[in-house]
Amino acid sequence: MSSLGELQRLGSSTAGPPRKRDNRAAFFFLSPWFAGLVLITAGPVAASFVLGFTDYNLIQPPEFNGLENFQRMLHDERLHHALGVTFTYVFVSVPLQLAFALGLALLLDRGMRGLAFYRSVFYLPSLLGTSVAIAVLWRQIFGADGLFNQVLGWFGVQGQSWISDPGTALSTLIVLNVWTFGAPMVIFLAGLRQIPVMYYEAAAVDGASKARQFRSITLPLLSPIIFFNLVLQIIHAFQSFTQAFVVSGGTGGPSDSTMFYTLYLYQRGFHSFDMGYASALAWLLLVIIAIFTAINFWASKRWVFYDD
Amino acid sequence: MTDLQERVAPVREETPPIRPRSTGSSIVKHAGLILLALVMLYPVLWMVVSSLRPNNEIFRSPGLILGGLRIENYAEGWNSLASPFGHYLINSAIVVLGCVIGNLMSCSLAAYAFARLEFTGKKVLFAIMLGTIMLPIHVIIVPQYILFSQLGWINTFLPLVVPKFLATDAFFVFLMVQFIRGLPRELDEAARIDGAGHPRIFLRVVLPLMVPALATTAIFTFIWTWNDFFSQLIYLTDPDKYTVPVALRSYVDATVSTSWGSMFAMSVVSLLPVFLAFLLGQRFLIKGIATTGIK
Repeated sequence: MSSLGELQRLGSSTAGPPRKRDNRAAFFFLSPWFAGLVLITAGPVAASFVLGFTDYNLIQPPEFNGLENFQRMLHDERLHHALGVTFTYVFVSVPLQLAFALGLALLLDRGMRGLAFYRSVFYLPSLLGTSVAIAVLWRQIFGADGLFNQVLGWFGVQGQSWISDPGTALSTLIVLNVWTFGAPMVIFLAGLRQIPVMYYEAAAVDGASKARQFRSITLPLLSPIIFFNLVLQIIHAFQSFTQAFVVSGGTGGPSDSTMFYTLYLYQRGFHSFDMGYASALAWLLLVIIAIFTAINFWASKRWVFYDD
Repeated sequence: MTDLQERVAPVREETPPIRPRSTGSSIVKHAGLILLALVMLYPVLWMVVSSLRPNNEIFRSPGLILGGLRIENYAEGWNSLASPFGHYLINSAIVVLGCVIGNLMSCSLAAYAFARLEFTGKKVLFAIMLGTIMLPIHVIIVPQYILFSQLGWINTFLPLVVPKFLATDAFFVFLMVQFIRGLPRELDEAARIDGAGHPRIFLRVVLPLMVPALATTAIFTFIWTWNDFFSQLIYLTDPDKYTVPVALRSYVDATVSTSWGSMFAMSVVSLLPVFLAFLLGQRFLIKGIATTGIK
């Protein structure tokens, strides 16, 4: 069961038969995790909430300034721009990436020769894609004299520097994210394997076409996994950082066209040491991600099919 | 027990073809897939080849055929930062090793509790644990940075490694919970009848059986930590403490488009460990992401 499935079901499952409780053993086994939760995860979440209402530069003690940070957000045009860039990136690259992942998973499904080979080849970019090395490579490929333009040259097309044109820089990062479709593809493949072959056999006997089988069997039975991939990849895409950072040399340029939200947060917090504002920004990010995840869960009731 | 079968073998190996396809369409399909695979891997292959080319040739040769081997790029890249590149490889290796050990120990302990123990507040804690999988690091980085800077840990590897000993990578806790749930409870019961307590059952019964889940965790931790840029960029600002991604990035900024050959050479060096981990561990990687993604 996926982590999302678990979360959805936690509320509804009924308690099992009463068993002996092992509170002391649980305390022992869970203490490292619990310490991590308090000190490294939940504690900082709460702390950044409080810091969001302060002015803090790491040197002087934090100074409470009420809603000033949030008022500043309303007038911070670079922030609005960063939000626009991030939304464009998320809502263009995730659907494309998942479309590739699902399409390839369907092509590779069941018993085809060389499946393991193709699966590995398509999966590899997901492991490399977040590295600095690949971002360096991207910077060359889409530069003025880069590989992409050399290839375009074969077809007589005169290219430009895609990286230094504000109109196209973000597209190169979207291409990079789509390039990493392998991870969701592997999840789709595993999901397709779980659909009993007999459903298709029965449908074929009844004379259902391939398209009909896809619509009436594959899509509904795969919908929980499509949902899982969608939620995860959206959350993931909102957090993209490395690629924009390396491709733009840490500036988010040209003309802020690759200013991802996380990059803006990094600049405010760790360049200007404006920790109060950075904390407020972090909370805004958390709220945005939570809202989109909630929308996803709410909408999922209309299209995700659970057969139990 | 059907539950068990489902979880232990979520990625069944290739089942036989449902119905034979006509060879014609099959050839077209394979040709298409091979073409796509080539397009996808081409940039990486080209980078490897270009790392062995003189600079001026990189901008003229989109092909993969090498005129000669210019290994000087590697020597130049290796020695062009404050320390030889090997220094950064060692730094990265230390961080990665610490993170792998930390994750293996702490996540398996927590997973055993969630999978096998009954305790007060289990549901709530489990839900919180699942929730933290989706928590972006950017939301907690500022207070974390403040905490670690007050402890005097900036420019040490501690902020990168210590959290792993506290099971903060909840993804792996969940992966191991799933795996332990699939192990027959009868084995625990037998050990308990023989008088073993939970620490003993964990060490002697469960841990040896969960080697595949441990391997998956180790390989993913290796690759993710090796590639991780954001937290290493924030916590390591002293060039002597740079890890591979941070060093590579500083090299890029210092040599903007003057020496692509040596830059590619060091990029290839930095990707090599990831590629080896992928080759050796792809079975565990693919199983790992499949089990946490599906029912």
